[in-house]
Formats: sequence, structure tokens, C-alpha cells
Amino acid sequence: MTLAIDAHGLKKSFGDTLAVDGVDLTVRGGTVYGVLGPNGAGKTTTIRMLATLLTPDAGSASILGYDIVREADAVRGLVSLTGQLASVDEDLTGRENLILIGRLLGLRGGAAKRRASELLAAFGLSDAAGKLVKHFSGGMRRRLDIAASIVVTPQLMFLDEPTTGLDPRSRNQVWGIIRALVAEGTTILLCTQYLEEADRLADRIAVIDRGRVIAEGTPSELKASVGSGALRVRLLDPDQRDAAAHVLERELGEVVLEADPAALSVSCASGDRAAETVAELSRGGIRVAGFSLAQPSLDEVFLALTGTTAQAAADESTDRDKQEQPA
Amino acid sequence: MSIAPTPTADTALTDADEAAVRTAITSISRPPRASRTSAALTFGWRGMLKVKHVPEQLLDVTITPVMFVVMFTYLFGGAIAGSTAEYLNYILPAILVMSVLFTTVYSGVALNTDLTKGVVDRFRSLPIWRPAPLVGSLIGDSVRYVIAGTVIIVLGVILGFRPGAGVLGCVAALGLVVLFAFGLSWVFTTLGLILRSPNAVMNAGFMGIFPLTFLSNVFVEPDTLPAALEAFVDVNPISILSTAARGLMEGDAAAADIVIVLAVAAGLTAVFMPLTTRLYAKR
Ligand SMILES: Nc1ncnc2c1ncn2[C@@H]1O[C@H](COP(=O)(O)OP(=O)(O)OP(=O)(O)O)[C@@H](O)[C@H]1O
Ligand SMILES: [Mg+2]
Repeated sequence: MTLAIDAHGLKKSFGDTLAVDGVDLTVRGGTVYGVLGPNGAGKTTTIRMLATLLTPDAGSASILGYDIVREADAVRGLVSLTGQLASVDEDLTGRENLILIGRLLGLRGGAAKRRASELLAAFGLSDAAGKLVKHFSGGMRRRLDIAASIVVTPQLMFLDEPTTGLDPRSRNQVWGIIRALVAEGTTILLCTQYLEEADRLADRIAVIDRGRVIAEGTPSELKASVGSGALRVRLLDPDQRDAAAHVLERELGEVVLEADPAALSVSCASGDRAAETVAELSRGGIRVAGFSLAQPSLDEVFLALTGTTAQAAADESTDRDKQEQPA
Repeated sequence: MSIAPTPTADTALTDADEAAVRTAITSISRPPRASRTSAALTFGWRGMLKVKHVPEQLLDVTITPVMFVVMFTYLFGGAIAGSTAEYLNYILPAILVMSVLFTTVYSGVALNTDLTKGVVDRFRSLPIWRPAPLVGSLIGDSVRYVIAGTVIIVLGVILGFRPGAGVLGCVAALGLVVLFAFGLSWVFTTLGLILRSPNAVMNAGFMGIFPLTFLSNVFVEPDTLPAALEAFVDVNPISILSTAARGLMEGDAAAADIVIVLAVAAGLTAVFMPLTTRLYAKR
């Protein structure tokens, strides 16, 4: 079977910034492929090359068998892009946006209008259809953006951080839409900063950092390589953090002190053990403001894979950018 | 608080919604691609929709021309030619040319503003004729040129302008000016893609169009000028355009002038349209 995406050694630099530094990706049709990385890792640049918006400096890639440079036009006929910046027109209404895309894709007058109405209804946007998009909420805008990407159902869809900045409810709506797309056979390349998102939706994940793929595999493989999960505790009183760290270390093992002076986390696989440990903290007179048992965060994946935190990697990439821009 | 999101939120998109989304996905098959014309006209429609939502945008193509007409007729009119009505017959075609050509700078400004928006990435990822977004927005802008031109001519007639070739002559003159403006707009869309900010485009644009307009026969008789300037004024396409527009309105246009104007417009389009398209694809 032809691969949905087959990329080898993609490179792209902007001036002195090496944004993408030799990315290989192999994505099978009908699957969701997650690309996970911190700010500045090169996710958007990779997507923009694959969607034929940027020409790679080196390397090659084909989408469903078509070369992204030589056969860019054929590629455009198979894919659609939901960019990181909302790729809808703010100065038009929701309905006009969908009619616009429909007509550009070859739907004629009435058909474009009917398609717009159908999508607005399916995405819960009928009530807001006549409002200008600049007055939409973030969640509505995202849904409209995805609706615009399936005015004609693509074989491959690029989604660049579709839930960044959304509240949990809107995020879940977007996840529902993605699941529906996959169920109907669309292949999805999903860029995200959230491991949880990649974990829930993706069949395979590539972790990228500074333009390179540093790990690749199924979500379980990836998590296994990082560790099971983490108990994260926030204290009412930051002064008690050392005491809390002592208890957690005794009960569960090596403790990570987070940037928040009242928070700390420790790797922990079992809910029962986590509950006992939190109880142990209270017994010791340590006041807990909140706690969660979460999957490893992107920070932890990063820590495990690179030895630095995602935040540090992002900061470093920002620093690189700053140096390049003349004051 | 570091409490994990509750799993119940997962039902935010109900099963029914998800089913509707799935139906929407399967209920469409890919139609044949839009033709070049249809894609370009669709982008023109997009431009019209923006005007519909923000009609104030039309102020610059209506107020400015009105100001020009009134100012030139009453402030400078008497002084230069002796009588207002006579002067109006001379100056109105020139004001038409000047106002419409000034408006072309805004095509570049608007494109530069558009580029900062995410929707451009979607347009560029669509399987459409590459220049369609650009041709389309210039078609939309041409409608603005027509509005500006109509305002000028109608106001002129109210103030006493009596063109020899009547309505038909005016329509022909307006058509010629708009065609030339369409060609010239490509220069400014190219600028709009090269320069970094809308303001830079505006400044550079007017820096080019001001001297070109004033070093034409738009407002002065060339033979009152020093020889070197006169030579330039004579070959300036804007002079030829304004002579042709005046001729069409009076009914005594030289065919050669019209041909030159159309050739310059076609030449500008032939050079700057591919350049703009390439820059648009790369940015
Ligand atoms: N058009 C551009 N001009 C100059 N530098 C760029 C451009 N686009 C991206 N970069 C730089 O390339 C690097 C990778 O950027 P990219 O947008 O691909 O990262 P990302 O993984 O999508 O990050 P984010 O999570 O912030 O969206 C960054 O250092 C960025 O500043
Ligand atoms: Mg990005």
C-alpha cells in the first residue's frame, strides 16, 4: 500500500535558524500520526513543507505517492491544512467562509451553500453561522477551521496544534471530530505539544526537538521508555516542599522539583500507591492544595529523552531566535 | 489546582454530533476542480463580501475623489484657466486618472495586511490556479476603481462638466482608466509582498505614484515646462492615459494613445503578475 507520508531527511533553515534538521516520517494510510514537540521544535515548518507551502532545502517527501515539490499540485488535491493560526477569514461570517472554500474546490453555487449548511449543523455552528468569525470564541473558530478542511473530504489532513488554547470542553469537541474523521478513513498528521493528546488520538508518535526526530513509536512504547506516570502534588505552603519531597522519595522514589515552588512530582504507576502516599503526606502534617496522577508530561518525556526539560529547549530556541534578530 | 480534567467532559461532543460529523464526511465526493475564472471570481466575491461587512472601506474611494474635484474646481479652477466650467472640462479627466491611480497603492497595502493572516496558508494549500487569490482581489479592487470613477464623473456633471462624447465617452474613459489601474496594481502587489509592513508599502507606493502623476500632463500643459521635463512628461504613460481619457470623453481620442495605454497595462501585468504570484507562493 502507498504510504500516506513518506519523508526522508527534510531540512529547512530560515537565515541562520535551522528549523528542521533532517526529519524522516513514515505514516501509513488511515492512521493518526502525532508529532510532539515543544515551541520552536520545527513542527509547523515540517507541516508547511509537507503541505507544499515551503520548499525543503534538502531531503524529499511524497504524499500518497506524489512528490511534494515536483507534483505539488497533485498533493494539494489530496490534502487539507488546518494551520496553527486559525486558517479562516476573520472578516467573513462562518457560512461565507465555508461557501468560499466550497466554490474554490469546485462546488457550484447551490452545492457550495448546501455543503456549508450541512457542515455548520454537524459542527454545532448553525446559530453562529451569520456572525463574523472575528467574534467567534476560540473553540468555535477551531471547529469552523476543521469544517473548512473537510468541505471536500481530504485523504490526508494536517492539524497543527488544534487544541492549544482551548478549554477542556472545546478540546474534547475537537477530539471527537478527529475521531470521526479517522473512523471514516482520513489519515491525520497531528502536531501537538501535549502528550495526552497524542496518546489519546495517535497510532504512532514522533517526538521532535530542535528540528530532529528524537524518538518514534507507539504511545505505549514511548511512555514505557519514559516511565509509567507521575504523581504531581501542589502544596498550600511552599516551605513544606522539602518535607514533602522527603516523604515522596521514601514512598515512591526520585522526586522532581517543579518550577512552581509549591509543586513537586514523582514517577508512580499505581493509583492505589498514589492515594496512600498522599494520605501519608497529610498524616505528616503537610498540607496539600491539590494532586493529580497523570501520564508523563511532555516535560518528563523530554527529560527522559534529552536530559533537558521541554521548557528549557523552547527557551533555548527562543534565545537562538533573539540572537538572530538585529536589535 | 492540579486536578486532571474530568473524564465526563469527554461527552461534550455527543454521540449524535459525532454521527453528524461522520455523515458530513462521507456525504461528499470531490467535484472537478474549479476553473481559473471561477476561482478568481470567487476571490473577487470575497473582496465584495468584505466591503459588505465594512462599508466604511468605501470612504477612501468616495471622499477623496469628491475632495479632489471640489478642491481643484473651486480653489485652483479660476486661477489657472480663467473660468470654472472651462477648467472643469479640462481637469475632470485628469482628476479621474489621478484618483483611480492613487487607489491602486491600496491593493498592495491590503495584500500585505492579508499576508499576516492564517487564511493565506489555507488558500495556498488549495488545488487552485496559483494567481487566483491575487487576480481575484484585483478584480475586487477594480470594482472600487469603478466606484471612485463614477463618483467623480457624476459629481463633475453636477458641477457643470459637459463631455462632448456624452455618457458613452465617459464609460469608455472610465473603462480605460480601470484597465490601466489593474495593470499598475500588480506593481504594488509586488511591493506588498516584498516590503514588511503595510505602512512601508503605502509610503513606497506613494513615493512612486506622486512624482509620476505630477510629472504628467494631468495638471499642467507640458509645453510650459523646461525641455528635459517636457520630454519626460510626453512619454509618461500617465500623460498618455490622461490624454486618451480626455479624448474619449470629448470624442476625439487618438487610437494610438489607447493602444499604448492598453499595451502598457498588458506589459505591467505580464511582468508583475508572475512575479507577484511567485513571491506569494514563497512567502
Ligand atoms: N518564516 C520564518 N522565518 C524565520 N524563522 C522561522 C520562520 N518559521 C519558523 N522559524 C523558526 O524556525 C524554528 C521552528 O519553528 P516552527 O514554527 O516550525 O516550530 P513549532 O514546533 O511549530 O513551534 P510552536 O510550538 O511554537 O508552534 C523556530 O526557531 C522559529 O523561530
Ligand atoms: Mg507551530
